[in-house]
Amino acid sequence: MNSFIQVQNAEMVFSTRKGRFHALREIDLDVAKGEFVTLIGHSGCGKSTLLNLIAGLLLPTSGVLLCDNREIAAPGPERAVVFQNHSLLPWLTCFENVHLAVERVFGAKESRTALKQRTDAALELVGMAHASAKRPHEISGGMKQRVGIARALAMEPKVLLMDEPFGALDALTRAHLQDELLKIVARTHSTVVMVTHDVDEAVLLSDRIVMMTNGPAATIGEILSVELPRPRHRVELAEDSRYVHYRKEVLDFLYTRHGHVESQAA
Amino acid sequence: MVSAVFHTPLQASMDAKADAAANLKAAKAAVAEPLKPVPPPRPGFDWNGLLLKVLPPLIGVALLIGIWALLTMKSETFPTPLATFDAAVKLFADPFYSKGPNDQGIGWNILFSLERVAVGFGMAAVVGIPMGFMIGRFEVLNRMVSPLISLLRPVSPLAWLPIGLLVFKAANPAAIWTIFICSIWPMIINTAVGVQRVPADYLNVAKVLNLSEWKVITKILFPAVLPYMLTGVRLSVGTAWLVIVAAEMLTGGVGIGFWVWDEWNNLNVKHILIAIVVIGVVGLLLEALLISIAKRFSYDEHH
Repeated sequence: MNSFIQVQNAEMVFSTRKGRFHALREIDLDVAKGEFVTLIGHSGCGKSTLLNLIAGLLLPTSGVLLCDNREIAAPGPERAVVFQNHSLLPWLTCFENVHLAVERVFGAKESRTALKQRTDAALELVGMAHASAKRPHEISGGMKQRVGIARALAMEPKVLLMDEPFGALDALTRAHLQDELLKIVARTHSTVVMVTHDVDEAVLLSDRIVMMTNGPAATIGEILSVELPRPRHRVELAEDSRYVHYRKEVLDFLYTRHGHVESQAA
Repeated sequence: MVSAVFHTPLQASMDAKADAAANLKAAKAAVAEPLKPVPPPRPGFDWNGLLLKVLPPLIGVALLIGIWALLTMKSETFPTPLATFDAAVKLFADPFYSKGPNDQGIGWNILFSLERVAVGFGMAAVVGIPMGFMIGRFEVLNRMVSPLISLLRPVSPLAWLPIGLLVFKAANPAAIWTIFICSIWPMIINTAVGVQRVPADYLNVAKVLNLSEWKVITKILFPAVLPYMLTGVRLSVGTAWLVIVAAEMLTGGVGIGFWVWDEWNNLNVKHILIAIVVIGVVGLLLEALLISIAKRFSYDEHH
């Protein structure tokens, strides 16, 4: 397999005030180029930690992470992150927020007009061209998240890392943005690793669903390949027997085999 | 009314009630009707709102002056409001006269004080704000300096004056030194707190984008810290204005603080009262100025 991101036997131990906390153990994962992988699990299972490891925001206690055969030692623009709470800078306009990223990645090689075009194109891609002069507090949560995605895509990253990007949105906005994301990914052939706790979202978007066991010392429990043809339409899929089957598989893993997380955590 | 003949009293009373209710409804409708169509935004001035805003403070001031007038009615030593007002009119008729170093108009005195404040406070900002940034950014420095700040901050401004006199051997630099040392703390502390409170998300963005240190400072740290910094500046200016009056009383020269002391020596209580009001007004204006600056630079953050 042409694996693009490789996680080899990664362990993550946090040293907290209360002592050592073993978050992740024996994580092995390969993500192919152009693949859409979601990480799903109950809260506290370390899925965000795994994403942060791939982003380079955290370094593993042991084990190796590779991106395009190079060790991940620090964050970098080739692994763009879409944060859960959009993380747009409130004192910059949408345009400036995206431009900051564009300038960093392409500033050395390209002219000012080219940078501006890239920024405009990225905002166009997520349907936010009309709001480019607005500041984040002037637009809705869904729009902020779109701009966050535009900022990430504008860097033309090798991998798009998304940490529950739609978690804070209402159901309708979320569905809409999922559809948009499907279209964008189909167009850009991006490699995506996305953290979610939404089963439908995982099945709808993913090529593979990585299901994680409960923490502490969480690991990958199972990986489910979703072999649904693309483009996918949520309404048609709702009655598709394969979709229902995949959905049940994930639910079964999360609630039958690895349920009652609260009682374990407490 | 023929039908009324057949009504039993009970029915009649019920009818009457119904009638009344209907009337009431009609009345309500009549009242509500002119309101119902949403009135177009009236360009007319909101006199009521202005009155409510302006009236209470005016009453407060009037009350204070009234009490003052009552208390000084039979006093020989303490001037009445009217006498003070007359003196103020004379004083402000020519605020910028100059008859030698010890007899200058009140305008000059205020300007000289403001100049000292500006110099002392300006130097404090130049030193304090970068220092706050450093303290906020580097934990070791924070631990090193925090106890010193806690120790020195509560020291009375005037305790610093002898040090200034000793080092600079002149009154004016000593006064400026006192302003400097007293107004530096709020700026250091607020800037440092601002730096420490920059949301981790923004710094993560900086890391993922791999921004240069310069971009991190100009695009993320500085705008994020600015509101905190301006709070520090505002507090500092307040302190500086507070301190200058006391410092000038001791050091002399031209300045509002010295002027108060001079008038005390002349036993001109009216002028002292005027000076108190003037000091208050100037302090208020400084504060208002800085609040307006702070408003301009603060960003709205609603998630």
